[in-house]
Amino acid sequence: MSLFKNLNKSTQKLLGTIGVIVVLYIVMTIMDGTGNLSSLMKGLLVPVCAYSLVAVGLNLCVGYLGELSLGHAGFMCVGAFSSAFFSRAFQDAIPDVPRYIIALVLGTAMAALFGFLIAIPVLRLKGDYLAIVTLAFGEIIKNVINVMYVGTDSEGMHFSMKDQLSMGMALDGKMIINGPQGITGTPRQSTFTIAVLLLILALVVTHNFVNSRTGRAVKAIRDNQIAAETVGLPVTKYKLTAFTISAAIAGLGGVLYAHNINSLTATTNNFGYNMSIMILVYVVLGGIGNFSGSVVAAVVLTMLPELLRGLSTYRMLIYSIVLIVLMLFNWAPAILKWRDEHGLTTAAILGKFKKKEVR
Amino acid sequence: MALLEVTNLGISFGGLRAVDEFNLTIEQGELYGLIGPNGAGKTTVFNMLTGIYKPTDGKIFLDGKDVTGKKTADINKAGVARTFQNIRLFGDQSVLDNVKIGLHNSFDYGTATGIFRLPKFFKTEKEMDKKALEILSVFGLDTSADILASNLPYGKQRELEIARALATNPKLLLLDEPAAGMNPNETRDLMNTIALIRKEFGVTILLIEHDMKLVSGICEKLTVLNFGRVLSQGRTSEVLNDPEVIKAYLGE
Repeated sequence: MSLFKNLNKSTQKLLGTIGVIVVLYIVMTIMDGTGNLSSLMKGLLVPVCAYSLVAVGLNLCVGYLGELSLGHAGFMCVGAFSSAFFSRAFQDAIPDVPRYIIALVLGTAMAALFGFLIAIPVLRLKGDYLAIVTLAFGEIIKNVINVMYVGTDSEGMHFSMKDQLSMGMALDGKMIINGPQGITGTPRQSTFTIAVLLLILALVVTHNFVNSRTGRAVKAIRDNQIAAETVGLPVTKYKLTAFTISAAIAGLGGVLYAHNINSLTATTNNFGYNMSIMILVYVVLGGIGNFSGSVVAAVVLTMLPELLRGLSTYRMLIYSIVLIVLMLFNWAPAILKWRDEHGLTTAAILGKFKKKEVR
Repeated sequence: MALLEVTNLGISFGGLRAVDEFNLTIEQGELYGLIGPNGAGKTTVFNMLTGIYKPTDGKIFLDGKDVTGKKTADINKAGVARTFQNIRLFGDQSVLDNVKIGLHNSFDYGTATGIFRLPKFFKTEKEMDKKALEILSVFGLDTSADILASNLPYGKQRELEIARALATNPKLLLLDEPAAGMNPNETRDLMNTIALIRKEFGVTILLIEHDMKLVSGICEKLTVLNFGRVLSQGRTSEVLNDPEVIKAYLGE
C-alpha cells in the first residue's frame, strides 16, 4: 500500500479508475455467464466502451488542447468505415485475428491522418470558429460516405459516387460500401474483453501523454499561448500532435463500434451532429480534463436511457426538466439561500461522504 | 561585439507610429534600463525584440545574428527570454512544471517515449526535476514546487516568471516592469534577486521599470523613450540629470 501512496495523485487516480473498470468487467462477465444479463444490456457493453473511447479522445482535445471540437463523431466515422471496409474487403483473404488487429491499427491510423489533415487549417482558428469548422467536417464525412459505392468482383475494385448500377459490376461481385446502406456483414469481432482492454489502453496513453514533456507543452499553450511561444515552444507542432492523438483515439472507438454491429450506416444519430454533441456532453458532464470522468459519464448516460426505455416517449421532456431543475438548484439565489439554511450546500453534502480521519 | 544591437527599429499600427528610429546597443553582461512615461512604447519595443510584433523598419542583431521578424519561439532559442507586465504564468500547472516548460528545449525525449514511458522518460524527467529545483531554489521557490502557479502570492508569481524565463537558458533577459505592484520591501528584495541572477546565470538584463529607486539603484545604462522616440541614452546618472528627461517626467 505504501508503494501506491508514493505515486503522484494523477497516477493513483488512473490506477483507481482502471481498478473500477476491471471490477465492473468481472461483474458483467459473471452476470453474463450466469445468465443474469438482459440481452439489451449485453448489446450495450461494447458500444459503451466505444463511446467512452471517443469521449476520452475528445477530452484530450477540449480539456488539454483547450479547443472545442464538434467533429469527433466524424473521426469515429472515419475509423469505423475504413476498418470495416478493410475487414469486408479482406474477409476471406486474411485469417480472423490478424485481420482484426490490422483493422484496429488501420482505423486508428486513418482517423489520425484525417485528424492531422483537418487540424492544419482548423487550428488556425479559435473558439467558436474552430467548433463550426469541425462540425462541418463531421457532416461532410458522413455525407460523403452516404454517396459512396464500392464493390469488388473478379475484375477488381469498382467505385462510384452515383449509384450501384453505374459501377458496372460483374454478377459475381460483392458490394462493400453500398451508399446509404453502408457496410453490411462486417465480422462482429469486437468482444467486451477487447473493448475493455482498449479502453484501459487509451486511458493509460492519455494519462502518460498529458504528464509528459509534450503534454506539459500542450497545457502551456492552452494556458497562455504567447507565454508558451516566448519560452520557445513550437506551438503549431504540439497543437497538431495533440489533435491527431485525440482523433486517433476517437477512430479507435469507431473501429470497436463498427465491428460490433452487422450493418454500419452513417446516419445523423450514430456519426453525425447528434453524436458529436452527445460525446461532448459526456466530456463536460464527466469533467473537462478528467479522463476517468468521461468514461463514467459515457457509461451512465448510455445505460440510463436504455434502463428507462419505458419512459422513452417523454425522454426529451424529462431531460430538459432535469436540466432546468439542476440549474435552478445550483444557481438560483433563493434556492441557494434555502440550501444554505438547511445545510444542503455542495460542501456540506460532500462532507458527509468524506472519510473520517482515523488515528 | 555587442550582445544586442538594434538599429532604426520602427513599427506602425495603421497610421500610428508607435516606435520610430529606435537604436540600442547592449554589451555582454550589462544591466540596462528602458524607461519612459506611460504609452511611450517600451513594451512595444519588447514585443518587437521577442518577435511578438514584426517591426515595420529596422534590424535587430543578437550576438551578430539577424533575428529581425523571426518567430517568437526561434528568437527564444537564439537566446532571448522575457517576462510580462501582466503576469503570464501557466496558472493551471504546478510551480515546478512551469519551470520544466521553460526547460523544454534543453532536454529532449519524443512524444512516443513519453506515452510508452520508456526508460529515457524517467531518466530525463529526473534530470529536469533536479535542474528545475536548482533554478527554483535561487528564488526560494523550491519549497512551493508542488503548488499551482496561480496560487502563489503576487510577488512570488513575478519571481516564478523570471525563473521560467531563466530556465530557457537565455543570453539576454527582458524584464517588463518586474517591480509593478510591489511594496518597497518587495522591491528591495527584487533588486537583490536581479543582482543575484545576473551573477549566478551570467545573463545580460534589459528591464523596463517605473520605480526610479530600482532603476537608479541597479541599472548601469539607460534609454529614455518618449512618444516612441529615444529622448536620451547613456550612463544612468547622466541620463537622469538630463533636463529633457526631467521635463518629460515632471512637465515644464
